[in-house]
Amino acid sequence: MGFMASSGSEGLYTLRHRPPSDKLVDQSFRFLVTALAALVAIILFAIFLVVTLDAREAIAKFGLGFLVNSTWNPSTENFGAFTAIYGTLLTSALALVLAIPLGVGTAIFLTENFIPSKFRAIIGNLVELLAAIPSVVLGLWAIFVLEPVLRPVLQLIHRLLGWIPFFSTTPTGPGVMPAVLILVIMVLPIITAISRDSLNQVPPDLRQAAYGVGATRWTSIFKVILPAAISGIIGGVMLALGRALGETMAVTMIIGNSNNFNLSWFAPGNTISALLANQFGEADGLQVHALMYAALVLMIITFVVNIFAQWIVKRLSLKY
Amino acid sequence: MTSLNSPSMSTPSADLFFRPGLLRNRGNQLMTVISALCAVIVLIPLFCVLAYVLFKGFSVIRPQMFFELPPAPGMEGGGIANAFLGTIIVTALSCLFSIPVGIGGGIYLAEYGAGNRFSDFIRFGTNVLAGGPSIIAGVFIYGLVVATRLLFGNSYSAVAGGLALAVLMLPTIIKTTDEGLKLVPQELRWGSLGVGASKFVTTMKVVLPSAVAPIATGIVLAIARSAGETAPLIFTALFSPFWPEGIFKPIATMSVLVFNFAIMPYEAQITLAWAASFVLVFMILGMNLLARWISGFAKR
Repeated sequence: MGFMASSGSEGLYTLRHRPPSDKLVDQSFRFLVTALAALVAIILFAIFLVVTLDAREAIAKFGLGFLVNSTWNPSTENFGAFTAIYGTLLTSALALVLAIPLGVGTAIFLTENFIPSKFRAIIGNLVELLAAIPSVVLGLWAIFVLEPVLRPVLQLIHRLLGWIPFFSTTPTGPGVMPAVLILVIMVLPIITAISRDSLNQVPPDLRQAAYGVGATRWTSIFKVILPAAISGIIGGVMLALGRALGETMAVTMIIGNSNNFNLSWFAPGNTISALLANQFGEADGLQVHALMYAALVLMIITFVVNIFAQWIVKRLSLKY
Repeated sequence: MTSLNSPSMSTPSADLFFRPGLLRNRGNQLMTVISALCAVIVLIPLFCVLAYVLFKGFSVIRPQMFFELPPAPGMEGGGIANAFLGTIIVTALSCLFSIPVGIGGGIYLAEYGAGNRFSDFIRFGTNVLAGGPSIIAGVFIYGLVVATRLLFGNSYSAVAGGLALAVLMLPTIIKTTDEGLKLVPQELRWGSLGVGASKFVTTMKVVLPSAVAPIATGIVLAIARSAGETAPLIFTALFSPFWPEGIFKPIATMSVLVFNFAIMPYEAQITLAWAASFVLVFMILGMNLLARWISGFAKR
């Protein structure tokens, strides 16, 4: 039968091969996109390689003491990044402490039915749009609006609580605290938007079940809905932390760029990225290598935060 | 059963009404007020920033600013024309570098790399690259291109700035391409392969066109982000008070102009910084709305 059919209508059923040119196009396209994908890995390795190689001299000269040395003096070529590292970690931590409750609280407010859903959608979209404001514009705003408005408040805190080392200097202008507040404004849209998304994705059945066994609205939010959405919320917080650690422009413009270590939050300080932004343009010799070393430290910090974030999101993902 | 029910049966009405005075109901109301307060506290500064930048910028901007160079320190007037042009040039360069690579890489991840180790690694690398600080892109390009004078002996240049921005845009474009292509129904690919099209033709003529909306959305968002980036540009593209002199020379951009002029003690420069901020925010919000409009097509 099969033989009969194939011989009867030869033209229709013969297996036709693609022309070699077609195969060539197919193969080379595959090769091309593989190479383009590999470029991501190459860029990533190149970043580590370039920064490490350029930092080599500073690493050889200062070793790990670079991390705990708080002098940064280009004229004596004595470089240590402690002030900047401390500033980076401090500003990010304080910013998150302020931003997490506010952001998650707002996200809850925007996912519950307190106000009509039309308004909730509009507010939610606006918050997302605000994440798009460039940080250099926020820096400009911080210099001319935020810092002058904030100064009397900080001065009041200093008068009342000046005996606490963190508030021990008179706020006179740019400093760590204004930088923290501008970071809060920068990370709030991220935390709010991502928390809102993950709260929205919690199945309504869970809420109905909680209400069904007699839980109040807030009992069900705290005991059911937040735990169900926690992996997404922590993912958003980690993203915000990464953003805060690496944020450059707004912080550079308002933190005061002082390389002298000071425990007070009202005094000028520095962060790694602000140090880089300020000094790279006019640095030469060993200073460039020291800056590259600082950049390497920043990269390692954000890399660890990133890996930790991906791990914790995977771990906390609830299967409901 | 009876023993369980009997206490409540004796006073059925009292327990079935909502009693606002109960501790848990008071707590409920308190928490609602607190969350509303959070929302207000968050929204006020966010809107203040936007409103202040738009009003202040709008009040100082004049049409001739788009045709004039910034003034020398201490002089009056001037404009942001060179920075406006520069932002467009550097952003266009960064698109030129990042869009082909990003779409190609995304095609690999979605169409060829299903489930293999290499594509998992590339996805991981994309996430790491996306989470990295933007200034690192500048440091990288400085070390690779600017300090080594790799580009025909030129140090700071528009191309270097474009490369630094491209490093930032790349992960966004790869991710959105990957995710956009994954949304295309598998039946379309089977159908195309079934009628004898090659994988290349299937990808280019069938899969890619049906994922245009999400990919375009991602690209517009990436452009919007890179147009406002400053940190990668301050020591790659640097700045220039003159008109753009070609893509291998230092170039002014609006974001670097805001940074440089904001800390100057001259009124004219600060005015220009506000004007440039206004233009930047206006452009970026416009692109975000455009992205929303495009992604509307995907939902239909």
